[in-house]
Amino acid sequence: MTTETETEKQTTIAVLVDNEPGVLARVIGLFSGRGYNIESLTVAEVNTQESLSRITIVTSGTPMVIEQIKAQLERLVPVHKVCDLTMDGAHVDRELALVKVKSTGEARVESLRVAEIFRARVVDSTSESFVFEIVGNTGKLHAFIDLMEPLGLVDVSRTGVAAIARGSRPL
Amino acid sequence: MADDQMNGSQILLKALEEQGVDVIFGYPGGAVLPIYDEIFKQDAIRHILVRHEQGAMHAAEGYARSTGKVGVVLVTSGPGATNTVTGLTDALMDSIPVVCLTGQVPTHLIGNDAFQEADITGITRSCTKHNYLVKDVNKLARTVHEAFYVARSGRPGPVLVDLPKDVMTAMGDYTPVSRVTHRTYKPRMKGDINLIRRAVDIMAAAKRPILYCGGGIINSGPAASQLLTEFVRLTGFPCTLTVMGLGAFPASDPLYLGMLGMHGTYEANLAMHGCDVMVAIGARFDDRITGRLADFSPNSKKIHIDIDPSSINKNVPVDVGIVGDVGHVLEDMIKVWKAEQASPDRKALAEWWKSIDRWRARDCLRYENSTKVIKPQYALQRLYELTKDRDDVYITTEVGQHQMWAAQHYRFEKPNHWMTSGGLGTMGYGLPAAMGVQVAHPKALVIDIAGEASVIMNIQEMSTIAQYRLPVKVFILNNEYMGMVRQWQELLYGGRYAETYMHSLPDFVKLAEAFQAVGLRATKPGEVDDVIREMIETDRAVIADIRVDKLENCFPMIPSGAAHNEMLLGPGDEAEAPVSEEGMVLV
Ligand SMILES: Cc1cc2nc3c(=O)[nH]c(=O)nc-3n(C[C@H](O)[C@H](O)[C@H](O)COP(=O)(O)OP(=O)(O)OC[C@H]3O[C@@H](n4cnc5c(N)ncnc54)[C@H](O)[C@@H]3O)c2cc1C
Ligand SMILES: Cc1ncc(C[n+]2csc(CCOP(=O)(O)OP(=O)(O)O)c2C)c(N)n1
Ligand SMILES: [Mg+2]
Repeated sequence: MTTETETEKQTTIAVLVDNEPGVLARVIGLFSGRGYNIESLTVAEVNTQESLSRITIVTSGTPMVIEQIKAQLERLVPVHKVCDLTMDGAHVDRELALVKVKSTGEARVESLRVAEIFRARVVDSTSESFVFEIVGNTGKLHAFIDLMEPLGLVDVSRTGVAAIARGSRPL
Repeated sequence: MADDQMNGSQILLKALEEQGVDVIFGYPGGAVLPIYDEIFKQDAIRHILVRHEQGAMHAAEGYARSTGKVGVVLVTSGPGATNTVTGLTDALMDSIPVVCLTGQVPTHLIGNDAFQEADITGITRSCTKHNYLVKDVNKLARTVHEAFYVARSGRPGPVLVDLPKDVMTAMGDYTPVSRVTHRTYKPRMKGDINLIRRAVDIMAAAKRPILYCGGGIINSGPAASQLLTEFVRLTGFPCTLTVMGLGAFPASDPLYLGMLGMHGTYEANLAMHGCDVMVAIGARFDDRITGRLADFSPNSKKIHIDIDPSSINKNVPVDVGIVGDVGHVLEDMIKVWKAEQASPDRKALAEWWKSIDRWRARDCLRYENSTKVIKPQYALQRLYELTKDRDDVYITTEVGQHQMWAAQHYRFEKPNHWMTSGGLGTMGYGLPAAMGVQVAHPKALVIDIAGEASVIMNIQEMSTIAQYRLPVKVFILNNEYMGMVRQWQELLYGGRYAETYMHSLPDFVKLAEAFQAVGLRATKPGEVDDVIREMIETDRAVIADIRVDKLENCFPMIPSGAAHNEMLLGPGDEAEAPVSEEGMVLV
């Protein structure tokens, strides 16, 4: 068996953890300590009663590295479940960005027009600026932000990716 | 408040007692005063006062490895806690179950840079299997029970519990262990039977098989060693052990090829290189084993049994990975092997053994003996010969050449009698570890095979040894060098011995006397036997200063970055040492 020649691919992993102090530090420490990439990481409590949080991680690596990342995550004591959304079939991933654009005249009008195409909403405006809210997959957000660049882009805040499997099954 | 409430320190001690703890290795300080006050008032649990917290950790490791139980450490906050970091890392690397209890400043001061405050759960997050900060006295008992469960279950390891001082004086309720179950951590013990069948089919078709076995068998318990022995004899396959696995299979068995890896035997390494089926059992494909990965056993099908899924396919991709406890898996494997009446190609196997015997005939552990200077290998052979008939001998080591010579020349028939720092390679491990072993086995013959440089790193523990009258024997192979590092300098850095000569060494005989122990010395080969005999017969602690050849090298050796079939067998091989540039950056 050889894997060294295999190429890196992007993978989205969902991790269900006990919402206890330090759990996020454990996950992040695992990635930095072992030299894995984090392209995006989001976390929030998803079950208050049982005090469970869900962490969504977008990472990349060869299949052998991805397998290792999952095994290492599973090894953490407060981890309930690790799920490879990329491997386990279709899933939906979404990210939200707030994008601030400062411009007047033609550029200002153009930014509104682009926002409409992307179904971004205006959530704040002054006479010389807009804040757009845009939801979509990471590719869509990149495209939008790239288009805003020449139109007076001054600030971006992104949530990172949240993802869930398609179909009726829970994690 | 219910009547049966106790304070935190009482709850802690009750939980320890319920966990079957009979000894704690510890060192007091302000933050743990309430706990020490409770220790003073009871006598169910013995406290061994070490001289440095690192010593407590290694003592607990030695205790754990030689008994199969969880070792327990108690230290104060701040510097007491940070002094355990090396020991925790050591226990993590070698999968040793230890629970380390650290004092902490009161909860309301945490985060204030209070006196002797250290964020020890933050500091040790990556060098413990898990850690806890207890903020509520009512969760204390539960947390302690969980800590023991996590430390000993699955792949064992160190667990730290941080105990703020106010929690240890607050009143609260006790939770018995019977009421504690873990929400998430439930390691898999039984292997997948279909994979076991597949593995047996592959093994039954093998022409050149090898069983590569490691510390996981020791972790599993003595029953796993028995099952391994049964399985090896059932199959007639050759068996090799890692440094951590020594004792898992009897060294006297003809099916044993000796240790493998960087300083392993010629026959074990060539068999690993040339096999067509490799079965790794409780071993983790460490880089000391694999050498250059691209050339590691290039033509074999690989089967791997390990309780930790992250060990499988980590360094070396395998064809069949079986997650489970080696004891359980071996039991099933033996059943399947017998049920399927597996009958490997006996003719091919005989051919394979013929090659192995040819490699064996090289007698790779041979060395030039001398009548003038004591060869370190000779001293160890004599130590082995003069102690092998006793069944209560426990060997610990420090780190360096002496450690590898001990692994090569001391032959173990049983598990749990050999403790060494394999993964982290911690100089200063052996003396405190021997102390922990001796506490667990007061009557046994416990010997720390030491290097003069390593032993000084925790020499203060001689004082603990004196206090508790532990008859630990320290057998120093004194070459006046950090020999292992000097060897690399000789082979790879043109003999430029930068900072590896041990200037101004103490007189170890006088040092022994200063610590109320007996000091002995051998400077000539003819004195070795007498010194060993006297050491064994002395019922007190002994430091034996064995003055060995200063420039002896440890062979065989696979230089880092080389493959198994590029092994250096002895001094004659040095000239053509094939160390690549890639190899030079490896350790
Ligand atoms: C100077 C020096 C030189 C060295 N040279 C060598 C050398 O030449 N040869 C050598 O072998 N080593 C050598 N070592 C040691 C080496 O660094 C490693 O520590 C050692 O090889 C690891 O042994 P192991 O694979 O048995 O794994 P261990 O570290 O003992 O790990 C045990 C494995 O078994 C698994 N396991 C645990 N419990 C169970 C269970 N119940 N069931 C199933 N699986 C379980 C674990 O998950 C883990 O994967 C050297 C060390 C030093 C300091
Ligand atoms: C704490 C620590 N520091 C440094 C090293 C690197 N090191 C490995 S072996 C060694 C020399 C050990 O010398 P000695 O104890 O005399 O043993 P010898 O090799 O001479 O038998 C050193 C410095 C280590 N393993 N551990
Ligand atoms: Mg030395």
